[in-house]
Amino acid sequence: MTTLTLPPALEPAPLAGPAGVPFGRLVRVELRKLVDTRASRWLLAGIAALTPVIVVVMLVAVKPHDLTYEKFVDFTQAPQKYLLPVLGILTVTSEWSQRTGLVTFTLAPNRGRVLCAKAAAALLAGLLVIVLAFVAAAAGNALGGPLRGGDGSWSFGAGGFRDIVLVLLIGLAQGLAFGMLLLVSAAAIVTYFVLPNVSSVVFNTAPGLKADEKWFDLNTSTSSLYSHDTTPHGWLQMLSATLIWVVLPAVPGVLRVLRSEVKSG
Amino acid sequence: MSASHAIEVSGLRRSYGSHTAVRDVSFQVRHGAVTGFLGPNGAGKSTTLRMLVGLTTPDSGQARVLGSDYRALPNPGRHVGVLLDASAQHSGRTGREVLALGAMAMGLPPRRADELLEVVGLDADEARRRTGTYSLGMRQRLGIAHALLGDPRVLVLDEPANGLDPGGIHWLRTLLREFADRGGCVLLSSHLLREVEVIADLLIVIGRGRVVAQGAKQELLAAGGTVVRGSDAGTLAAALAAAGIAATRTGDAFLAQAEPEQVARAAAAGGVVVLELRPAGTDRLESLFLQLTADDSRETVRR
Repeated sequence: MTTLTLPPALEPAPLAGPAGVPFGRLVRVELRKLVDTRASRWLLAGIAALTPVIVVVMLVAVKPHDLTYEKFVDFTQAPQKYLLPVLGILTVTSEWSQRTGLVTFTLAPNRGRVLCAKAAAALLAGLLVIVLAFVAAAAGNALGGPLRGGDGSWSFGAGGFRDIVLVLLIGLAQGLAFGMLLLVSAAAIVTYFVLPNVSSVVFNTAPGLKADEKWFDLNTSTSSLYSHDTTPHGWLQMLSATLIWVVLPAVPGVLRVLRSEVKSG
Repeated sequence: MSASHAIEVSGLRRSYGSHTAVRDVSFQVRHGAVTGFLGPNGAGKSTTLRMLVGLTTPDSGQARVLGSDYRALPNPGRHVGVLLDASAQHSGRTGREVLALGAMAMGLPPRRADELLEVVGLDADEARRRTGTYSLGMRQRLGIAHALLGDPRVLVLDEPANGLDPGGIHWLRTLLREFADRGGCVLLSSHLLREVEVIADLLIVIGRGRVVAQGAKQELLAAGGTVVRGSDAGTLAAALAAAGIAATRTGDAFLAQAEPEQVARAAAAGGVVVLELRPAGTDRLESLFLQLTADDSRETVRR
């Protein structure tokens, strides 16, 4: 076998110009990273595969008068609700857990820009699977009438779409924040699933806290997004809980990503 | 814009808590040569290289690559090829995918990945395997391919020979030699003197966060004086002293600061039978190196 000693030369690259790598290219790289490992592929494939399964189960098991578009969406968004945050966590933590950050941040030294590219890529992928939930729900509702004599109501409205997109993106942002804060996949995933539930239990059981629960507990304050009846007061409470569960961990998280060392060996 | 040296490092310092990893490091690395960055484990090699490529911010001092701060370089992968840790790859990605991602980040077409696979001798089957299944030697080859992706003018490689078999080291030497002959700058670190001796033209020796020696390999290896052993150590010591030759004793041999002929004449004048006489060669560098290593292990014990 004859091998080249050195690769073919390329056009010389200019030494003058804006530092680092353009944002659009970083987003394409991060999008590719979302699907180029088995872990990330399984995660997205899992979401994509579960959604139609849920539609079939509903068509078989749910009472005909419950076969409405709103009900279908409630169920088809469930895999996204649980798995999108994991996508957010892994897109950040894998750079540390797998130490690929050594390469990522050497090729693109502006870590803030890389973080934004990660968030943008996760957002695009998130929106794609959210659309999948809406489409699968529509297919289910269209089949519900002919197959089961289902109710088939399409009433949902722009507010319905807004509510579901919002609750799913808050989850994704929370995943990103937890990932940045902890930088270790397992720790971030466990914390993401355990801590909010501990909060819910505490606020539900501790005397005197129940009244203020919606200001502090994200699960409770976003529950109105599923009943599509958020009041102005409710939006404020949701904002407060989002600040606590998304912004509060994200701020030290961003600082950590910008400053912490990606260890080698 | 064009700098006289490819890499210029001055007064670099970096501490982690109470531990000072890099105390005061200054050196220059020129184009057209392979420069070895030699030091025992924990001497501060990796920290220095990380500061060079902007992964770690120095407490003081500065590092410039191609006349600018690494972080200010446009598309740095096209100018500086970096391999800091061959094992720092996502175990779930295939070898080819690692290179394809790198090419994408540098704005190069995907076929560039295939060109580099051929250069480092990873075949199609190996390229399709996930890096989690790679041996250390294969990871080093993949890492070197990644460093060469952007056709850079400067290569910064941390322990690239680690895990390569003798054939692999020979291949690496040929590759880096040709890279340097085309005017490229190579800075590679190693904790093994023998390894660097084989590959590098110039040496920078670092110990305990400081540069302790630097220069052309021949100079550093030649300026070692003469090793001499005689039939009677006491008489030989007296003979060398009488001839005005400075010498230090190691076991029953001496390291004399003079040419072999002068040493032999002094011994003859003193009536000593010479049993061994040779240029110290690598010994000085080696003893310097061993001393550094010993100092560091003492330090570890004290801590």
